[in-house]
Amino acid sequence: MTGLLAVFWKELTDHFLSKRFIILMVLVYLAGIYAIYQASQGIRTVVTPEVQFIFIPLYWVTDPDATIQMSFVNLLMILIPIIGIALGFDAINSERSSGNLSRILAQPVYRDSVINGKFMAGVITIAVLITSIIALVAGMGIRMIGVPPTAEEILRIFAFIFVSIIYGAFWMSLSVLFSVIFRRIATALLASIGLFILFFLIQVIAPFIATAFIPDIQNPSAEMLARADSIYNGIVHISPLVLYNDSYLALLAPELDTMIFSLSASSGITPGPLSLVQSLLNIWPQTISLIALTAICFAISYILFIREEIRST
Amino acid sequence: MSDSAIIKTENLSKKYGNVLAVDNLNLEIGEGEIFGFLGPNGAGKTTTILMLMGLTEPTSGSVLVCGYNPSREPVQVKKFVGYLPEKVGFYEDLTAKQNLEYTARLNGLLWKDIPEKIDEALRLVGLSSETNREVGKFSHGMKQRLGIADVLIKDPKVIVFDEPTSGIDPQGIDEVLTLISQMAKRKITAIISSHQLHHIQRVCSRVGIMSKGQLITEGPIEMLGRATMAEGKYRIDVQASPITDKLINTIQNLKGVVAVEKRGDRLVISSDEDLRSQISKIIVDNDSMLTEVKIEEFDLEKIYLKYFRES
Repeated sequence: MTGLLAVFWKELTDHFLSKRFIILMVLVYLAGIYAIYQASQGIRTVVTPEVQFIFIPLYWVTDPDATIQMSFVNLLMILIPIIGIALGFDAINSERSSGNLSRILAQPVYRDSVINGKFMAGVITIAVLITSIIALVAGMGIRMIGVPPTAEEILRIFAFIFVSIIYGAFWMSLSVLFSVIFRRIATALLASIGLFILFFLIQVIAPFIATAFIPDIQNPSAEMLARADSIYNGIVHISPLVLYNDSYLALLAPELDTMIFSLSASSGITPGPLSLVQSLLNIWPQTISLIALTAICFAISYILFIREEIRST
Repeated sequence: MSDSAIIKTENLSKKYGNVLAVDNLNLEIGEGEIFGFLGPNGAGKTTTILMLMGLTEPTSGSVLVCGYNPSREPVQVKKFVGYLPEKVGFYEDLTAKQNLEYTARLNGLLWKDIPEKIDEALRLVGLSSETNREVGKFSHGMKQRLGIADVLIKDPKVIVFDEPTSGIDPQGIDEVLTLISQMAKRKITAIISSHQLHHIQRVCSRVGIMSKGQLITEGPIEMLGRATMAEGKYRIDVQASPITDKLINTIQNLKGVVAVEKRGDRLVISSDEDLRSQISKIIVDNDSMLTEVKIEEFDLEKIYLKYFRES
C-alpha cells in the first residue's frame, strides 16, 4: 500500500508539474472559450418558451452561420482522447528506456503498485482537466445567459462529467497498454493515434458496409432496412467515440436523443424530453461498454507488465 | 567462506526458448563477502542476478536470498537486497534529493527520517554538494555514485552491482570501486558482475567465472591464480644458455619452487616467492649465460583466459 501511494503521489506531482499538462490545460481552456463563443451565437436558436432545458444546450449548440458545425461536445469527443493518450503513451516505456524501471522494481513494492499508481494518477489528472473545463463553461454560461441550471440540469452535468472521465480513462488505458507493448515511445504514440483515427472513421465506413447488405438498393424492403440499420449500429458501437456521442446526447440533449431518432425508430414516436432516469437508463449500455473497454485494456497491460522480465538493457 | 550463506542457489536454471541461459547453477555466498561474478557478455550473469532479485522466474531449481525465495516473496527479498542495474537511470528533471526521496518513499521510510537518510547516503558517495542539482546534468560516473546512494537508502544487507564500472572514466571507476570496497566494512555483502577483470580483482575476495550459463570455477582469487600458474603464485621466465639437466635440478630443489619447465632456451619456473636473485645466482654459478629474467604475478586476466580456453 505504501508503494502504491508513493507511486501515485509521484506520478500525480509529475503530471501537474509537466509542460505536457500546461499544454493540455491551454487546449482545454481554448475549447472552453470556443464553447462559449458557439453558445453565444447559437443559444437563441434552441431556447424557445416550450423547451424544458435552457442551460444544458450551452454544451452542444453551434453557431448556425458557421461553415463547420462543431459543437463543444463534438470538440470534447476529440479533445478527451488527446488528453488520455497524452497522459498514457509513455507511461511504462519511458521508464524502461530511461533505466528507471529496473531501479524502481528493485524496491520493495509489488509490481502492480507501479502500474496501478500510474493509472490512478492519470485518471485523477483527466478528472481534474475535464471537470475544470465543464465547470468553466458552466460558469461563463451563467454569466452569459443569466439563468442558473436547474437541479435536474446539474445532475445531468454531473453524469456528463462522469461519462467524460470514463471516456478519458479508456483512452489513457489504451495508450498505457501500447506503452507496455511497444518499447519505443513513438510507436506507442502512433498506435494510439492510429486507433483513434480508425474509431473515428468507423462512422464514415459503417453506412457503406450496412447498405452493402441490401440487395435492391432502389426499393429496399422495411425488413432489409431494419437489418441494415442493426448492422450499422453494431459496427459503429464498436467505436468508443460513438458510445460517448450517444451518452452525451442522451444526457445533455434529451429532446434530440439519437436513440429515438435512429433509423429503425422512425415509426412515429413523438420526440419529447426524456426524464433523467430514462436518459440514464438509455446510456447505461454505453457507459458499461466504456467501463468494460477501459477494464480490458488495463487488464491486458497489467498482465503483460506483471509477467514481463525487466532488464536494464 | 563464511558458514552462513546469505545467498544460495541450487540447480538454478533459466531457459529462453531453447537457449539455456543459466544451467544448473550452484552458488553460495556468505555474509560480508565481496563476490565477483565474471564472464563474457551473454554468459548468464545478468539473468542470474534477475533471478536473485525476483525480477524473472527461474525455469527450475531454487534460490534463497536472506532466507526468502525471491520468486515467491519478492518484496521481502527487495527489503534487504539493493540492486544497481547496469544502465541505472534516474528522473532527469528531478534533483538528486528528489530522486532519492522517491526511493525512500517506495521503501516505506517515514517522512521525518527521510532527509537525514538522504544526507547520509549522499555524503557517503561524495555527492553532498550536488544534492539540489538536477540529475540530467550529472556525469555518468556521478549517476553511478548516485545509484550507490540510492541503494544505500534502504540499509541493505546485500547489494548486487551489475557492471558497475562500464562506461565511466578511470577516475569514476576508481571512486566506484573504492565505495564498493567500503561495503565490507559496513558488513554488507556485495555481488559484482563484470567482464572487466582488473576491477573485480581490486575489490573481490572471491570470484566465480561463468560461461555459457555454467559456473566454470569459483574460489578466492589466489586459489584460482595458482591453478592457472601451475600452482605457484609467481611465474619466472628465464632465458639462459646452455640449460643443463643439472641446472634444472638445482632450481627445482630451491625452496619455494613449485615446478620447472623447459621451453627451448627458456625456463619457466613456477614459485611461491620472488626467487629471481636466487635463480640468477644458480645460473651464473653453473657457468651458463643469463640473458633475461622476467617475473609475472598471476592476475585474473590469465585465470579468465585459461578458463575460457577450457570451456
